[in-house]
Amino acid sequence: MSISTYKIPIGPIHPSLAEPMTFNFEISGEKIQSVDLAPGDNHRGIEFMGRNRNIVQIIYLAERICGICSASHPFAFCRAVENAAGIEVPPRAEYIRVIIAELERIHSHILWAGIAAEELGFNSVLYLSWKVREEVLDLLEILTGNRINYGMYMIGGVRRDISEEHMPRIMKTLQYYKDAYQTLEDVFLKDPSIALRTKNVGIMTYEDALHLTSVGPTARASGVKKDVRQDQPYSAYADMDIKAITPDIYSGEVNGDVYDRIIVRILEVFQSVQIIEYCLDNLPEGEILSEPKIVKLLGTLKKAKGEGVGRHEAPRGEVIHYIKLNESENPEVWKARAPTYNNLMSWLPMLQRQEIADIPIVIASIDPCIGCMDRVTLVDSNTSKKQVLTREELMKLSIAKTRRILK
Amino acid sequence: MEFLDAKDLLSYLQDNLKENILDSRLETRTAGVKKEEFHNIWLEVKREKFRDTVKLFMELQYPHIAIIAGNDTGEKIELVYLFSLFYGEKFKEISINLKVSLEREKPSIESITDLIPGAQTTERETKEMFGVEFIGLPEMRNIFLPEDFPKDIFPFRKEQKGLDELVQKES
Repeated sequence: MSISTYKIPIGPIHPSLAEPMTFNFEISGEKIQSVDLAPGDNHRGIEFMGRNRNIVQIIYLAERICGICSASHPFAFCRAVENAAGIEVPPRAEYIRVIIAELERIHSHILWAGIAAEELGFNSVLYLSWKVREEVLDLLEILTGNRINYGMYMIGGVRRDISEEHMPRIMKTLQYYKDAYQTLEDVFLKDPSIALRTKNVGIMTYEDALHLTSVGPTARASGVKKDVRQDQPYSAYADMDIKAITPDIYSGEVNGDVYDRIIVRILEVFQSVQIIEYCLDNLPEGEILSEPKIVKLLGTLKKAKGEGVGRHEAPRGEVIHYIKLNESENPEVWKARAPTYNNLMSWLPMLQRQEIADIPIVIASIDPCIGCMDRVTLVDSNTSKKQVLTREELMKLSIAKTRRILK
Repeated sequence: MEFLDAKDLLSYLQDNLKENILDSRLETRTAGVKKEEFHNIWLEVKREKFRDTVKLFMELQYPHIAIIAGNDTGEKIELVYLFSLFYGEKFKEISINLKVSLEREKPSIESITDLIPGAQTTERETKEMFGVEFIGLPEMRNIFLPEDFPKDIFPFRKEQKGLDELVQKES
């Protein structure tokens, strides 16, 4: 007798994040047999738009690939152009770049932690995490003028300096996060119900992480010690000794499950605090831009010829930009790769044999950013035979599972 | 596993590939206030030897592929595979940017998804955006473009100027 399976399509309205992506599940009983991914609902053709823009305009376009990695994309893009055109960045700018990038990591990881808690049905933890996140957003607003889309990065440096007056405020935020560590550890790592819902759920092995070319905390949680800040450091990271964080540092073992991904992100928040402290203690004096006159800079870039690759470790993993300049106003090629693009296939082993109620937390566990990954419009028509689970129904299932465990 | 430095890595590739390397360049850059050096390798190989080159990488360490950057030059389709090798220790990682040129009329290249399964997403994207045929690619459906997108239009080729033209063609 054959075991009959049934299909559940989830999406394009995302089951765990408010972003569009379709998952087609093959279900047997309560267990997932196979999953088929259908992204593309959010493809905006950003690289295509870049063809009609000059290099400085593309920085702002790159910044809008993603609202959360809005320091990571311009950082990698500027590095790619500087590599291609041979532009040197002043040391002070290198340090400010890193400070902004690490502040972004703090807010991104805590945002994720809140979402993960919501997926499990702990709405109070969501509010607590996002309250903790506000502190760094306020600081970013003071330093850059914006909570997101900071507009800090420029070819050859940064646009705004960090002055002496900012120092006490930055120190206050760093102290705030040092104090918050205990709260976050208690809530996320020591709480028995979160452990019950996340341990041995959504496992990806070391081999899978390597073969599916996963990046960022998703790969590190499976024991792959891969981090651009460690492997090929750049900017101020090159002056520090940064070690890729794997879950065995905290728990002594690597399981590659959702719990391990929480460990890696929580620890990375405090790694970021240390990196910012180092940068502030060793902040070099001097210029913040190699060429403050934008018109002159554009003139130089118009005459430049060459290829360059810029890499940066964003909160979700490696962001990589490739640029080819060919003595023209617009770049010949611009290719941007966001971390979720590489982590897409990681969902396949993670979702195998999982229960339907675990879908939201497993999907959320790689911290997906569909806006980043998709960069045309798609209309999905489902046949009437298929059963559709809405986001609300799926959330109810997930919350009910947590309640069952708590009883 | 032992780490090779960039010079040794390049000579290892040159010894094994010999005249199949069309162009190779070792790029040295510095990072940080201490101006420490790191290296990128730019390599162009013959299309027939592309798979063998990836196999050479695999003998050293399981390579990480970031993405394939495509370029339609008007005469050729150039693909740049962004690889990196030797992760795990400070300044040991070397980026290898592997370039292959394909005929523009009917571009095709062997798929590496059997060697590195993670390359599937980027091969599928390059297939639909540039019309490159990947021989042996297990999943032939579109990934980012809609399923009903015209099969003879490749949006990232140079003759495509944007939505207006596409809409006019279709209406």
